[in-house]
Amino acid sequence: MSSLPSSSRGRGRRIKVLVAKMGLDGHDRGAKVVARALRDAGFEVIYTGLRQTPEQVAYAAVQEDVDVVGVSLLSGAHFPLMRRLIAKLKELGAEDIPVVLGGTIPVIDVEPLKKMGVREVFLPGTSLKEIIETIRRLAEERRARGETLAVSASRERGQGD
Amino acid sequence: MQLAINRVMGVLSPSVATLIEEARRGSIRAIGRILTLLEEPDQTSLSILQHIYRYSRGAQVIGVTGIPGAGKSTLVGKIIGEFRRRGYRVAVVAIDPSSPLTRGSLMGDRLRMQEHATDPGVFIRSLPTRGLKGGLSVAALAAIEAFDAFGYDKIIVETVGVGQSEVDVMHAAHTIVVVTMPGAGDDIQALKAGVMEIGDIYVVNKSDKPEARQTYEYLSFALEKEEVGREAPGWTPRLLKTSAVMGQGIKELVDTIEEHHRFIHKTGLAAKKVVERRALLAKLIVESIIARYVDEAFGGLVERIVKAIEGNEPLPNIVMEALREAAKRLYEDVRSGTDGGSKANIPGCS
Repeated sequence: MSSLPSSSRGRGRRIKVLVAKMGLDGHDRGAKVVARALRDAGFEVIYTGLRQTPEQVAYAAVQEDVDVVGVSLLSGAHFPLMRRLIAKLKELGAEDIPVVLGGTIPVIDVEPLKKMGVREVFLPGTSLKEIIETIRRLAEERRARGETLAVSASRERGQGD
Repeated sequence: MQLAINRVMGVLSPSVATLIEEARRGSIRAIGRILTLLEEPDQTSLSILQHIYRYSRGAQVIGVTGIPGAGKSTLVGKIIGEFRRRGYRVAVVAIDPSSPLTRGSLMGDRLRMQEHATDPGVFIRSLPTRGLKGGLSVAALAAIEAFDAFGYDKIIVETVGVGQSEVDVMHAAHTIVVVTMPGAGDDIQALKAGVMEIGDIYVVNKSDKPEARQTYEYLSFALEKEEVGREAPGWTPRLLKTSAVMGQGIKELVDTIEEHHRFIHKTGLAAKKVVERRALLAKLIVESIIARYVDEAFGGLVERIVKAIEGNEPLPNIVMEALREAAKRLYEDVRSGTDGGSKANIPGCS
C-alpha cells in the first residue's frame, strides 16, 4: 500500500538552509558533516565554502531565499562576524531569516550572542538530531508567521545597480 | 481543491504586486522571494508570470553543461566576471542533483562563484533537481522568465545535462556551451547521444593539463565530421580551450558567446528560441498540474486499487478507473469553482 502514490499533496516546499563558514577559519569538517546530515533529513542545503565574508553569506542567503542560515565558527571571532552578518541581513530586508551558530563557542558567550540576534547556539557535543530538529522548528515557525513577503521586501534598503 | 487557479489572472494579491515592484527596482530580497514563489505552479506563480512577461527584455540565455568534474561552476564564475567587465548584469541558475531517497540536496555550485556574491549586478540561484516529473524544468524556466523581466542581460543555466528535464532546460537556452576536460576523450563517444549533440560552443577546460591537446584534437575531429554539435545553418560549432582556474581562454570564450548572440539575432533565431522556451514552460506547467490530479486520483482510490490487484483484476480496468477519476477531478476544477472557497478556473477552459 505504501508504494502507491500518496493522496496527501505533501508538496510543501523543502526546508532550505544555507551552511556557511566565515572569516579566517579553514576547518570545515564540522560544517560538512552538518550539511550532509541536513541533506539526509530531506533539506535543501546550500554550502558556500570557506573564508566567506559575512556580507557574502548574507547576499547568498537572500538570493537563495533560505529558511535558516547556519554558521560554523571555530576561530573565536564569533562576535564581530555574527554582528556583521546580522546587520547585513537586516540591511537587505531579511532580518526574518533566523541565524544559528555552531562551533567552539565559550558558554559565557551564548547569552550575549542571543541578545545580538543569534537564534540558537550549538555547543560542541550537540547531536545532529538536535541541530536538525532546531533548524526544522525555526524554519516552520518562520513559514507559519506567514506571508510576510511584501512587508519584509518593502523594508529593504539594499538595492541593485 | 488546493490547486486554485483564479479566473481573473490579472488580479495579483497586493503583497505580490508590491514584491514585483520591488524586484523591478532591483531589490534582491524581492527577486529571491519571487523565485521561490515561481518554483511550483499555482495561482500565485501563474499570476506572477502573467505580470512579468511585459517587462521581458530579451536576455541571452546561455546553457552550460557537461560531464561532472569538468569545471563548469568554476568556468561560470569566470564567465560572470568577464560579462561584468563588459557591463552586463548576470543571473545564474545553478542546478544540482537531489537525493532520490530523501529528496534532500546538498548544493555546492555556488561555492565556486561566491566571489561575485556581493556584486549587485550578479544574482545566483541554486535549484535542486528534486526528482519530480518536470519539476526542475518548471522552476528553472520560470526563473529564466523572472531574470529576463528584472533586467538581467545574461542568464546562465548550469547543469550536468543528464536526464530529460535537464535536456529540456538546455533546449530553452539561446546558446549552449558544452564543457569537457582532458582525459575525457574516450567518454565523448559515450556522451555523443546526449549533450554532445546540442552544443553551439565546445570547451576543453583544464587545458593546462598535458592531455588537453589530445582531447582537443579528438573533439576537433568529431566536429569536423559533424558527429557532434547542434544543427543551425550558418553557425559552425566552435571549439575552445580554457583553464578556468588559471583564468585562461575566458575572454575568447565570452567573445564567442557574444558572437553567437549576434548570430541568433541576425538570423531571427533568438526570437524563435524565446517562443519555444515559453511554449515549453506552458506545456510543463500543464503537465505538472495534471500530474497532481493523477496523484490525487490514486490517493483517493488506494484501497480500491490494492483490493483490485489482490483480486487479480486486469490492470486495464484499474487504469481506466484511475483515469476517469483523475479526469473527473480535473474537469470539476476547470469547469468553474464549485467547491466553495478555492475557486479553480483555468482561463480559456471554463
